[in-house]
Amino acid sequence: MPSLEIRDLFVALAATPDKPIVKGLNLTIRTGEVHAIMGPNGTGKSTLSKAISGHPDYVITSGDVILDGKSILEMEPDERARAGLFLAFQYPSEIPGVSIANFLRAAVQARLAEGEELDATAYYKRLYSKMDMLKIDRKFTSRSVNEGFSGGEKKRCEILQMAMLEPTFALMDETDSGLDIDALRIVAEGVEAMRGDKLGVLLITHYQRLLDYIVPDFVHVMYDGRIVKSGDKTLALELEAKGYDWVKQELAAATA
Amino acid sequence: MSASPLSTTPAEGLSSAHFATHLSRSAALPAWWLDAKKAAWNQFTALPLPSRTDETWRFSDLKGLDLTGFGLPEAAPQATPKHAAFPQSAELVFANGQATRGPVPADLAGRGVIFAPLEEALREHGDLVRSYFQKHPANLGSEKFVALNTALTATGAFLYVPADVEVALPFVVQHTLTGQNVAAFPHTLVVLGPRAKATLVEFFVSGGAASERQLVSGVNDLHAAEGAQLTYVGAQHWSRQTLAFQVNSIAAGRDARVLSLNLHLGGRQARHESHSRLLGPGAHSEMLALTVADGDREFDQRTLQTHVAPHTTSNLLYKNALLDTAKTIFSGLIIVEPDAQKTDAYQKNRNLMLSDEAEAHSLPGLEIQANDVKCSHGSTSARIDAEQEFYLQARGIAPAAARRLLVTAFFEEVLNKLENEDVHAALTALIASRFQA
Repeated sequence: MPSLEIRDLFVALAATPDKPIVKGLNLTIRTGEVHAIMGPNGTGKSTLSKAISGHPDYVITSGDVILDGKSILEMEPDERARAGLFLAFQYPSEIPGVSIANFLRAAVQARLAEGEELDATAYYKRLYSKMDMLKIDRKFTSRSVNEGFSGGEKKRCEILQMAMLEPTFALMDETDSGLDIDALRIVAEGVEAMRGDKLGVLLITHYQRLLDYIVPDFVHVMYDGRIVKSGDKTLALELEAKGYDWVKQELAAATA
Repeated sequence: MSASPLSTTPAEGLSSAHFATHLSRSAALPAWWLDAKKAAWNQFTALPLPSRTDETWRFSDLKGLDLTGFGLPEAAPQATPKHAAFPQSAELVFANGQATRGPVPADLAGRGVIFAPLEEALREHGDLVRSYFQKHPANLGSEKFVALNTALTATGAFLYVPADVEVALPFVVQHTLTGQNVAAFPHTLVVLGPRAKATLVEFFVSGGAASERQLVSGVNDLHAAEGAQLTYVGAQHWSRQTLAFQVNSIAAGRDARVLSLNLHLGGRQARHESHSRLLGPGAHSEMLALTVADGDREFDQRTLQTHVAPHTTSNLLYKNALLDTAKTIFSGLIIVEPDAQKTDAYQKNRNLMLSDEAEAHSLPGLEIQANDVKCSHGSTSARIDAEQEFYLQARGIAPAAARRLLVTAFFEEVLNKLENEDVHAALTALIASRFQA
């Protein structure tokens, strides 16, 4: 069964490599599993997802990330994506002039063997069925990627890309931020529809409410750059009720 | 049209001996043409190379203007692959100067359409060629190289479409140059009679290795009479080591509409000059250019929109995509002459910077001698931000494909101005080929 293993990972900003943000994080995700990482702001959740995806602003100073038994640290971001990783961005970029259809087409084409031509008819058929599932108007295909999109449209567009690219592991960075309840439900339904034994998901979220719609198999609490507590879905409810101070106090008591 | 057997003399390059032999091979052509060539050769040898003090060569790499070592090419070594695979009216292919031609359809020939190699046109329609040849020189700084073109040109197309004849499918000309240290001097002359309509698409390509050092000085004279509609597309993909000059002159009469689009993909140093003259009320010139500047290439573009008659319009949009350590220069001027009241002129240069080390110079200018006009110009340089690049890569799109996507998107605004979908698609494919890993 494919797995994504994060081993004793240390991550810093490339500009300040001696100041780690993620400090020795361990986590293994298998396909079929949905993990949620929760934690207060500034604890390194987004840094973790960006570093795994290969964002050039971040540097992995030690540790390893193993996808299907192979380290991905030497791979370029596009190679990591083609190897099966998908990052759903918290703040997706706007790319004026590049239509959604052409953008996704290039991404799908990038996954074909060299010299293999994309079957345009099959591509559009699949694109439209995914768009229908996510209740995205077909007119969207000719709009520039994320340009002038509302928060909800941007996040639905992220899920559309995920549905089209069929990753093995999806890292979803604060996918619930900026969503009203209807958009949140549509996004969650989209993820639930993809859920299954071919996909592993890491949900990064500040709030419990996303987890009402996408029920995780595992919940981890991240604090000060590492996972300090793990449990099942009830941990998320406990956090919601008691707040993050509860974890901090527990942690302080344990190290006192 | 046969290839010249002239030997190359690497030490000195193109010499009077070359010219004398070229002239003797042209002996069957009209006397006025030979006289024009002699005058041009004298002008070429008399004019100095551009110098630092020439405002029209500001920012240009003058050291790159090295003409030594070039000679005229031998016959093309092999059959030339054709570039245009779209429906067309007729085609002319020049391979190292040797012409191959497709027939002009009988219905067009019957209505007086002429589409022929320049030397054939000189023999058969000498007076017609004479009345338009270099009638309106561009005069934007490359006079020495235009003189060299006149002196040595033996290739190029003459397109004549008489009054009231509309031709739907494009005419296609392809120039292919193959060999080390060879030079080409294509000359295109297009004359559209009153209310005629036609499209001419020219491809300029090197046929051999990217390392072949070549020299090209090409000239286009485009004439659109009253009410004529002319679309001209010139796409160059010269070798990596080519020094290229392309000088366009556009003359638009009353209510004529001319659209010119130049696509620049190749060369080591490529200079492009384009001068539109709006000669009759209601004339319009749409001046478009797209450039992919990568490596350490230099693309040098100088333009002039001269509004001579009142109620004339012009719209210039030059877009450059810059990568690596490439350099572009855009220098554009709009001149509104005293009589050209109600002129509406626009000029814009947009640069897409895909590298921090690339260099885009923009020198827009206006010279207005009338008092009731609408003129504006501007230039912008936009950087691709790192977040956009990462976003594309995070979807599995490799850097080269990501750049192709961004450049294609940037160019689409210009390509969309082409009426002919096939030509649009052919240019898109040509641009995409520049981003193949």
